[in-house]
Amino acid sequence: MRKVTLILDDGTQFHGESFGYDKPVAGEVVFNTAMMGYPESLTDPSYAGQLMALTYPLVGNYGVPAFSLEENGIPTFMESSRIWAEAIIVSDYSTEFSHWNAKESLADWLKREQVPGITGIDTRELTKVLREHGVMMGKIVFDDEPENIPYANYSGVNFVDKVSCKEIIRYNEGAEKKVVLVDCGVKANILRCLLKRGVEVIRVPWNYDFNELEFDGLFLANGPGDPDTCEDAVVNIRKFLANPVVRPCMGICMGNQLLSKAAGATIYKLKYGHRSHNQPVRMIGTNKCFITSQNHGYAVDDETLSADWEPLFVNMNDNSNEGIRHKVNPWFSAQFHPEAASGPVDTEFLFDDFVKLL
Amino acid sequence: MERNEIKKVLLLGSGALKIGEAGEFDYSGSQALKALKEEGIQTVLINPNIATVQTSEGVADEIYFLPVTPFFVEKVIAKERPQGILLAFGGQTALNCGVQLFEQGILEKYNVQVLGTPVQAIIDTEDREKFVERLDEIDVKTIKSQAVENIADARQAAKELGYPVIIRAAYALGGLGSGFCDNEEELNKIAEKAFSFSPQVLVEKSLKGWKEIEYEVVRDRFDNCITVCNMENFDPLGIHTGESIVIAPSQTLTNSEYHKLRALAIKIIRHIGIVGECNVQYAFDPESEDYRVIEVNARLSRSSALASKATGYPLAFVAAKLGLGYGLFDLKNSVTKTTSAFFEPALDYVVCKIPRWDLGKFHGVDRELGSSMKSVGEVMAIGRTFEESIQKGLRMIGQGLHGFVGNKELNIDDIEDALRKPTDKRVLVIEKAFRMGYTIDQIHDLTKIDKWFLQKLHNIYTTERALHKSRSINTLDNDLLRKAKIQGFTDFQIARSLGMEKEMDIEKAQMLIRTMRKTYGIVPVVKQIDTLAAEYPAHTNYLYLTYSGVNHDVKYVGDKKSIVVLGSGAYRIGSSVEFDWCGVQALKTVRENGYRSVMINYNPETVSTDYDMCDRLYFDELTFERVMDILELENPHGVIVSTGGQIPNNLAMRLDEQKVHILGTSAQSIDNAEDRDKFSAMLDRIGVDQPRWSALTSMEDVNAFIEEVGFPVLVRPSYVLSGAAMNVCSNQEELERFLKLAANVSKKHPVVISQFIEHAKEVEMDAVAQNGEIIAYAISEHIEYAGVHSGDATIQFPPQKLYVETVRRIKKISKQIAKALKISGPFNIQYLARENDIKVIECNLRASRSFPFVSKVLKINLIDLATKVMLGLPVEKPKKNLFDLDYVGIKASQFSFNRLQKSDPVLGVDMASTGEVGCLGDDVNCAILKSMLSVGQRIPEKSVLLSTGTAKQKASMLNAARLLVSKGYKLYATGGTSKYLTENEVENTMVYWPSEEGMQPQALDMLHNHEIDMVVNIPKNLTAGELTNGYKIRRAAIDLNIPLITNARLATAFINAFCSMTLDDIAIKSWREYGLTEE
Repeated sequence: MRKVTLILDDGTQFHGESFGYDKPVAGEVVFNTAMMGYPESLTDPSYAGQLMALTYPLVGNYGVPAFSLEENGIPTFMESSRIWAEAIIVSDYSTEFSHWNAKESLADWLKREQVPGITGIDTRELTKVLREHGVMMGKIVFDDEPENIPYANYSGVNFVDKVSCKEIIRYNEGAEKKVVLVDCGVKANILRCLLKRGVEVIRVPWNYDFNELEFDGLFLANGPGDPDTCEDAVVNIRKFLANPVVRPCMGICMGNQLLSKAAGATIYKLKYGHRSHNQPVRMIGTNKCFITSQNHGYAVDDETLSADWEPLFVNMNDNSNEGIRHKVNPWFSAQFHPEAASGPVDTEFLFDDFVKLL
Repeated sequence: MERNEIKKVLLLGSGALKIGEAGEFDYSGSQALKALKEEGIQTVLINPNIATVQTSEGVADEIYFLPVTPFFVEKVIAKERPQGILLAFGGQTALNCGVQLFEQGILEKYNVQVLGTPVQAIIDTEDREKFVERLDEIDVKTIKSQAVENIADARQAAKELGYPVIIRAAYALGGLGSGFCDNEEELNKIAEKAFSFSPQVLVEKSLKGWKEIEYEVVRDRFDNCITVCNMENFDPLGIHTGESIVIAPSQTLTNSEYHKLRALAIKIIRHIGIVGECNVQYAFDPESEDYRVIEVNARLSRSSALASKATGYPLAFVAAKLGLGYGLFDLKNSVTKTTSAFFEPALDYVVCKIPRWDLGKFHGVDRELGSSMKSVGEVMAIGRTFEESIQKGLRMIGQGLHGFVGNKELNIDDIEDALRKPTDKRVLVIEKAFRMGYTIDQIHDLTKIDKWFLQKLHNIYTTERALHKSRSINTLDNDLLRKAKIQGFTDFQIARSLGMEKEMDIEKAQMLIRTMRKTYGIVPVVKQIDTLAAEYPAHTNYLYLTYSGVNHDVKYVGDKKSIVVLGSGAYRIGSSVEFDWCGVQALKTVRENGYRSVMINYNPETVSTDYDMCDRLYFDELTFERVMDILELENPHGVIVSTGGQIPNNLAMRLDEQKVHILGTSAQSIDNAEDRDKFSAMLDRIGVDQPRWSALTSMEDVNAFIEEVGFPVLVRPSYVLSGAAMNVCSNQEELERFLKLAANVSKKHPVVISQFIEHAKEVEMDAVAQNGEIIAYAISEHIEYAGVHSGDATIQFPPQKLYVETVRRIKKISKQIAKALKISGPFNIQYLARENDIKVIECNLRASRSFPFVSKVLKINLIDLATKVMLGLPVEKPKKNLFDLDYVGIKASQFSFNRLQKSDPVLGVDMASTGEVGCLGDDVNCAILKSMLSVGQRIPEKSVLLSTGTAKQKASMLNAARLLVSKGYKLYATGGTSKYLTENEVENTMVYWPSEEGMQPQALDMLHNHEIDMVVNIPKNLTAGELTNGYKIRRAAIDLNIPLITNARLATAFINAFCSMTLDDIAIKSWREYGLTEE
């Protein structure tokens, strides 16, 4: 295995070895404290442009399942059609794997998709550095090619545009209820969760003006990066909210932020982004609490919501916003991931709530 | 329920430590009591286990050293009138007792509210049939078992399910009375035993080879649920989880599998209605996502203690708060103190739990691991690679292993058979198989252990081979050395792999490796367990060391204001919760006196490894290497080695050589007491007598020595082939048989033979000295004569039948020894006393097993005193002494023979008990009765079977037999005993030994028909013949759950006690109520 160095923007260096595709790479370095689910995370479009460090040290144990598509074109096991993370950073890559459903090793998959993977990194220490400094840009350099230094930008880049579908895709056509899904980088499991509930999903590109379509409800999906780069989508959502024909709307993650922006709120970057499977949220005004899967670096400043809106969920650790709802109309969103994949499935009922409203 | 209604709460403890129910319940009970105390609630604790931390001053408001049975609990309830009761913190004992209290209407009668999970939910999880029904209601798959109430139905059920089947006794702890049956013959045997424990027995299809996965789940009364931890067994289903190596978090589950089982666990506890904590165990198909729920434990468990330690999430503490009506959202994460307790810990390390067995201590025990638990303790290892974690763990269990590799060669006749039938040695068998060229696939086929684990073990093996190839320290590659350390190799293992032993002493070689790697900068780093994988800042003091890392999580100030206390490691026979108590007391005193307290220990069942107990907890190894790593970082004022039993004691000399400041008694003095030759020489010098002994290297020398001292002799081989480590031999034949079977006698392996003095009393001196002068002491007396290990003996304190002269001489000798060894700190001396002839058997310059017992009876904390001495603080001699007490304490031993299939339940010079209780009484009879009932003896209803051994023993029990008859008991006796009793005009019915075939009535039949309520079987001599008549009777009594006593003096004491008073005569007095004599 070739020796590599991870260099953070503040100069901090970590030394390790390459186990994936041998290619220097740069991106925003983020950590995730989830203890399993690397195939799902790597294919989550929200990780586009990022170097994903896993704090759980043992990675690769159960290999990677076959990449296959269902009849409707949605992958069977993965969250999208490819790996979106720029690289994966781990402490102890397991060269051997063992699982009945595995088709190949994580290393082989990374190599096939030309994505670097590095091991031998103290990802706990890395997380502490990121935690104190906030997320940082970083690069992976091969020690035997010290001149080959990659470069990348994260902030200001419209990653949503990179990961969104380019054409309208329809699933389960002809169902009684039609849901427009604004694809900012939708995870396959959101599609699965909707389709499982018998609706037609009209998946549109992130900046498509869906208002002209015929539909019963609006779904705002997750996506990577800074919501402030997605002004087009916000404009479309505002149009939807202003329509005298009130139709239900639900948003997830980036969808929560876009809906909030449409509702007048501003967005800020969190010092400690939420990237884990164990984020506690409480439904405001109730004793109901949920463990949620999260992956976001930006949050809604719910003080800035307009008077018709109110926060729906709050993070029990840092009191940041975890969702909003309209005081009258059937519009709500969650900052966390009720579709899970990866992570706990406790809040999947939100999809039931949404579909019931249609 | 309103929280503020509850002012007083009763907590049931789990009693003596036994296999299946050990120290974990001291930890969970202590946490619960702490949670209640924080709320200002008055607490009452019933637990006869006097060595626990929870029964210490200040933990509960009132403590009753009484049996945890409905009879006594009702009496305490009637007296204390608590509003609430906690049933989930004292293991199966407390849970079963709680269910009985509920069913008998006692809780209702006294208006006592069960806090936490309602009793109906407990019953739903405990009764298999109801459990399956309840889970059927929500379409959750269970292992379908058929509940049967007789053997014929069991056979029928097995036929329908198809063999192999598993048999379980309902309502039994830790798989008691359960087992796998491949055919009807096996079923007959196992089912009969199961029926002796429970009227209901379950027959179910075996899922051998499936994975076993557990989740620890918490629910509050608002229906909020979390799973704190999941765990995966290294061993496949079929091996009891208490016998299995357990890994946290799971390693081979995908996201979808993990969350499928997690969601199911939450669904189950919501449906059952748990409030607090529970554990869900699954069987999981290794070839699909199919699963079965094995069981749900509606209480804190061994696994929950492990999960608490593995994650830093204090399950018992939180469960107690939830029982009071709090929501999870009301509580804070105890580690971060800022984030919510409603969350699921994220680990950034891997944890290995490894059981500790002591099967070598038992004659005839079945070593194969199965569905019933035999291990006596466990360890938890933390690492950032699996290899590091498991190698640490294998060292921690304290059975001479250096890790996965680098151990003594194992002799195995049939490797495939050994792989197929796992024993306590199974991990070593895998290593051996690697050596023999077996592939991972082959080993997987034979063991059904997941290939991922085998691959990781193989990595260790490969690294060892690579080290071996580098041949010398001079050619050792830096990267390889680092890799080995990351994989958990010790310097010792590396030195051995390099073959350095051939050229030098291994300890020296180890130091060379240490020095070399330090120059390369290959040193461990200290990491925190912070529950959130560094996502949020946490000021946690819960630490471990790893080589997979570049930076420490904590800062070292180097102000020399910390004191390191070395813990006691894995619970084992001979070293258990009593040393945890000692360690915790030492930490407390250290803290109270302005020092920072630091603990090093790795036993997840303990209170000393609760990070609240000290300023820094290193959950790590107690090897010389790791202790030095920590001391070099911590740079403490000093180290306490005398409160953790033998493990730290053994490190004293090597630490001293490295200039470590050992507090209290010097390492040299410790060595002078530990080294047999030096100790004898010292005793000779000060004119103190001891039984004659000699270390001998040939049979001729052995015979010559015995010629001088005469039989019987105590024989201690230094190298044991199999079986017990020591034995008493009464004649030449026994001696030769034992030495031939058990040991090699050679120049390299001398055997130590000591004169064995019969009919002598054994007396213990537990004391604290300062600069050689005794400050406080406790003299206690064994009820049994010498020959029963002091850890198995029943001890009375203050002594009841010692001559004043004996006491005076013991005090005098103790003073001389304390002075000669310049003792500063705790120590214990064991004496033999016959007439007023006193001999020293043993001297330990550390706290002994009986320190908590005597401290609590005397109400003088000897460890607190000893710690102050070691800190160099001024101490005053306590004003009171043992002669002021107007009550008696009895410490009785708990045996777990029922768990150890086929073992001979007989006591000897090697210790066999797994736990103890200590009870107080206004007189000896009362204290004996309480303590014997606390260790599971029962007062017989109508009939007793006597076989009372030799003529002398028969005579000594004659009065007890007469007493039984006068109280209306029907006596049955075997041949010789019957004849003796008849000659002495004691009415009895003769019964026949198993060997007297065809004669009626047969003793065994009577036992099987439950016509006998108690068995007194005194072996004629102290060598255990495995297949003798006596063995069969003793074993049957154990297997059929009939009280058994095998010592004449103890039997007499117990019979006297229950003939002199009834249960209702027993005073219900709390510890506090036993006071001093009125002046």
